[in-house]
Amino acid sequence: MTRKLQKETDITFHIRRYNPDVDDKPHWQKFIVHVEPGMTVLDGLHQIRETQDASLSMRYSCRMGVCGSCGMLLNGRPALACNTQIFDIASKALTVASLPNFDIVKDLVPDLTPLFSKHISTYPYIVRDDADEMLNPTGEFFQSPDELTEYLQFTYCIKCGLCMAACPTMATDPNYLGPQPLAQSYRYTKDTRDDGFNLRKKVVGGSHGAFRCHYAGECSNVCPKGVDPARAIQLMKRELVLDYLKLRKHRTKSAILGKPEGVKRRPEIPEAPCFTKE
Amino acid sequence: MLQDKRCPNSIGVWGWLGGGRWGLERYLYTLHRLTGLGILLYFILHILVTSSRVFSEKAWETWMGVFSSPVFKIGEFLVYVAFAYHAINGIRLILIELGFSVGKAEEPIYPYKSSLNVQRPLMIVSIIVAAVLIAAGGYDFFALAH
Repeated sequence: MTRKLQKETDITFHIRRYNPDVDDKPHWQKFIVHVEPGMTVLDGLHQIRETQDASLSMRYSCRMGVCGSCGMLLNGRPALACNTQIFDIASKALTVASLPNFDIVKDLVPDLTPLFSKHISTYPYIVRDDADEMLNPTGEFFQSPDELTEYLQFTYCIKCGLCMAACPTMATDPNYLGPQPLAQSYRYTKDTRDDGFNLRKKVVGGSHGAFRCHYAGECSNVCPKGVDPARAIQLMKRELVLDYLKLRKHRTKSAILGKPEGVKRRPEIPEAPCFTKE
Repeated sequence: MLQDKRCPNSIGVWGWLGGGRWGLERYLYTLHRLTGLGILLYFILHILVTSSRVFSEKAWETWMGVFSSPVFKIGEFLVYVAFAYHAINGIRLILIELGFSVGKAEEPIYPYKSSLNVQRPLMIVSIIVAAVLIAAGGYDFFALAH
């Protein structure tokens, strides 16, 4: 994207405030922020906190689009505040609100609990029946680079909740699993080390599962990491349909590779530390 | 204290309608839902009206008289428009839901391209087909109407 050269100027931040101790419903408050080129929305919010109103609440951590804490509704579109240049989306005024489809804890802080509970419900981990091998591994599970590519894109999810806020189905069906959990269910389903599809399909194939998605595509448009949950959901639907028609190919779990033999450890590499957790 | 009081923030049906800075597929999604609801409404009315024949011939003719007005002619055409769009877009959605035209998982490289870019030719073709069907239907409804 070609970024226009911008001069420093004043921009009006319209922020949707809500204090559970005194407010019954959210209200808008206006702040004038002196913006310089290169400033992100998070920088602007920090400036407000430091110079105008220290009570403004927001959630943030890394400031570099990695942790996924600062998801907000910026000019009507979910985005990471730390990842959005003010001049990219505003020249005079900017609206900032808490992520929709999540209850507001305070000001710009959404309650992401539903995201995490739905995420957990889809078994987002490797499921295998050889529990002994999982607890006391004897070697690595084999996986080819092509097999890795089949799900790698979906592993970049940072659980920021932007996709859930952008999804129009989430807006009218709070029980819908949503893009993030469904994408992660596909991520583990396609992992050749995993054998948990039969467990997972009971959740994602249900009435509030993958088939509630009608491909508005907003989850993929707003994803700050290019995860493309819309693609994962459609591919998950294909797996579910093929399984229903009994056409889904049975996949053998990844074989366990033994420890390499006939190889000498280089003297400068120490032994791995012992388990710290039983 | 904070855990006791949350402010609900679901955008409800406005989430379908209040587009804002959204992509084209979201508007197609909204239109698909609205046309679906429109067809459902027509279907219920259709059952109610045709069932009037059970009561008497006069009741049937009264209803038919009401529906022969130009307003309902346009309404009938709108039902056809909704049907044409819903059917063609529905075929596009079925193809997508079966994993066609969304591409394979790929390494995300900025600027990100998603499955939306992959399915866009299918979307454009389906819109053109729906538009042709609507135009042909309009010609039949109005130009060839007696």
